[in-house]
Amino acid sequence: MAKKFLSGNEAFAEGVRLAGPDVISAYPITPQTIVVERLSEMVEDGSLKAEFIHVESEHSALSCAMGASSVGARAFTATSSQGLLYMAECLTYASGGRFPILMMNANRSTALPWNIYGDQRDSISLLDHGWIQAYAENAQEALDLALIGYYVAEKKEVSTPFMANLDGFILTHTYEVVDVPTKEQAEEFLPPYDTENKLDLDNPKNLAFTAGPDYNMQFKYKAHEGLLRAKEAVKEAEEKFEKIFGRKYTGLVENYYTEDADFVLVTLGSIAGVAKEIVKRRREKGEKVGLLKIRYLRPFPNEEIAAALKGAKAVAVFEKDISFGNEGTVYTNVLSAMQKGGLAPKTSNYVGGLGGKNVSPEDIEKIFDDLKEEKEGVNFIGIGGVRH
Amino acid sequence: MSLNAAKLREDEYFYGHKACAGCGGSLAVRIALKVLGDRSIAVLPAGCMSAVGFNFPQLCFANNAIISTFAGTASMMTGIRAGLKAKGIENVQTVGFAGDGGTADIGLQALSGAIDRNDDVIYICYDNEAYMNTGIQKSSLTPFGAKTTTTPAGKNIRGNIRPKKNMFEIVAAHGISYAATASVGYLNDFMNKVEKASKIKGTKYIHVIAPCPTGWGIQTKETVDIAKEVVDCGLWYLAEYENEKFKLNYKPKEFSDVKDYLTRQARFKHLNDEDIDFIIKSRDEKWKKINESFEY
Amino acid sequence: MKPYLREFIPNKLEDIPDSTSYEAGYLVSKNAGWRNLKPVIDESKCVGCLQCYLHCPDGVIFKKDKKVDIDYDFCKGCGICETLCKPKAITMEVEK
Repeated sequence: MAKKFLSGNEAFAEGVRLAGPDVISAYPITPQTIVVERLSEMVEDGSLKAEFIHVESEHSALSCAMGASSVGARAFTATSSQGLLYMAECLTYASGGRFPILMMNANRSTALPWNIYGDQRDSISLLDHGWIQAYAENAQEALDLALIGYYVAEKKEVSTPFMANLDGFILTHTYEVVDVPTKEQAEEFLPPYDTENKLDLDNPKNLAFTAGPDYNMQFKYKAHEGLLRAKEAVKEAEEKFEKIFGRKYTGLVENYYTEDADFVLVTLGSIAGVAKEIVKRRREKGEKVGLLKIRYLRPFPNEEIAAALKGAKAVAVFEKDISFGNEGTVYTNVLSAMQKGGLAPKTSNYVGGLGGKNVSPEDIEKIFDDLKEEKEGVNFIGIGGVRH
Repeated sequence: MSLNAAKLREDEYFYGHKACAGCGGSLAVRIALKVLGDRSIAVLPAGCMSAVGFNFPQLCFANNAIISTFAGTASMMTGIRAGLKAKGIENVQTVGFAGDGGTADIGLQALSGAIDRNDDVIYICYDNEAYMNTGIQKSSLTPFGAKTTTTPAGKNIRGNIRPKKNMFEIVAAHGISYAATASVGYLNDFMNKVEKASKIKGTKYIHVIAPCPTGWGIQTKETVDIAKEVVDCGLWYLAEYENEKFKLNYKPKEFSDVKDYLTRQARFKHLNDEDIDFIIKSRDEKWKKINESFEY
Repeated sequence: MKPYLREFIPNKLEDIPDSTSYEAGYLVSKNAGWRNLKPVIDESKCVGCLQCYLHCPDGVIFKKDKKVDIDYDFCKGCGICETLCKPKAITMEVEK
């Protein structure tokens, strides 16, 4: 294992190199570009033996990845924002076809208005497309997600594509010290990809077919079941990961002082780092606050969320997302988890960081202040004045 | 030794499908696969041939076959090619069969990308001159004058007002390894072009006219005959592009009557003499260019 | 080799594959019911030129003893074979 100073994008590229995909097909889009640039350099210098395909669009990027997967090859692509939306048709195609492709998505705002900065509306708006969706907090987790992502996606009983989300710029472009495992460790962790779901010259198949009303729903049900089985696969992957790499992950969620907390902030992605600092300081002052970080939005950790929020008097959800005409989608999902768990705390939703709007530590402090007052409702952070 | 009916392998790879009786597209797919054989992977986008060939559990391809997204025939073939190469699987033909809309409209971007990369695939456009699977809507390969469900023939507009996009020369302009035009009315020519394409490295494109009795308004038994006549009357031509040169494969001694070709099809029934004269004039202009710039 | 009719038709949830992937060339239904007219071959007139075999969109005409025969399970009765048969060995007859 070597320590390197890497950005989130570069760390992810290192993770992909270690996972060793057979085919990489990607189309450039800010802020994802560094990943594909690094991967093309790795292919050039021979440190990664993969076919690097210069596709003409994001739609083609994922279509190409599916083609590779359909002959049993391990495939990788990466995108962001408009690119993710442009390939949306292929997202349901890949999940319905049960092609365990890994995709990195640099979370970025969606037009209009045009904006290259980070929010999570791109991936969250596509939650229903049948992919596993993980959200990294830092560059180390980004690297590790590349390996864990393939492990989970390629488990036979899962066979579902994996989207690893990194907050645009905040995570993709910020440098941190990252442990880069050795290729030997990576190979010990990640078994070679093998599947029967492929075009096979010795055993010809017809793939990606039509299924009419009599059969269609059964395939959808099976895809749903496969995605749910990712829960168990994530657990298994992280246990094996810890044994080999010595780093521990906590499954679909991470509980930070939630056990006895009265007031809990629920969030995801890189903002969790800031929130943890605040929780820690408030705990030192004796405040019973906690943080629940959602690591996977699909499969959705219903039980884990209900367990973590069991004793809470008030729960706030902060997300860089809004489902126009309703509320933040993460909030909706968390409410559902609490309802199923028989919990009825006061709840509130904080929508912030859209289009890269800065979310300051003070903004997070304010949420905790509100929580203590058990305020309710949907709030937008940062729509007041613009500082020039 | 050129291929013919007797030499063609007897295996059938596209069988039991639900295409309309007399479907020209299914004939093109069937013959191409009989040329290419077991070690071919077929990619078909959303469209007639995938709709009629892959409705689980009725799966009509004996060889490996997959449906791609509508726009993604070429990009999926690219991925298949790359995957096979990475896995060290050799001696496989990757062949795509897309209709005119899937090729000249929604799939053109991906096709252009594949040609640009010179991916080692055979792309076959079965051209029935409209979106037949969705009910005969105009595509950019619908010829001038044709009535479709989105180019109705009325008092104000007499069917499609734009000429057919020239896909053959568009792919040739990429400097493609091999391109050809064909017709299911000249199957020997078509199958030999498929055979030739299978022996060339890089991207190959074959554009085969494949009449649709339903969309063209002809009897089911007329498919092959009318596919021959479109060549004989000069509204289509059999040619190849290779080594940066165009070559005409067949020059009718005398064109058969364009009016006969048009008026036997319901989609052209509304055309008046002025329209037909325009079509003949356009044909003659095209042939003037062919005679000037194509080898023969 | 060609796709052929199977006895087993997937029905229960466990019969259905986990992914959209299944054995190639798996047929569970015939096309014979589509036909109004059926091609009938007069073997005495057939010269074995194979033009009907070559041009059949459904591939249902196959070579047999230097002549041809028809798989009526899948013939749709389009009549292309009749139009191409120079010795007029094929005639389309009304289905009974």
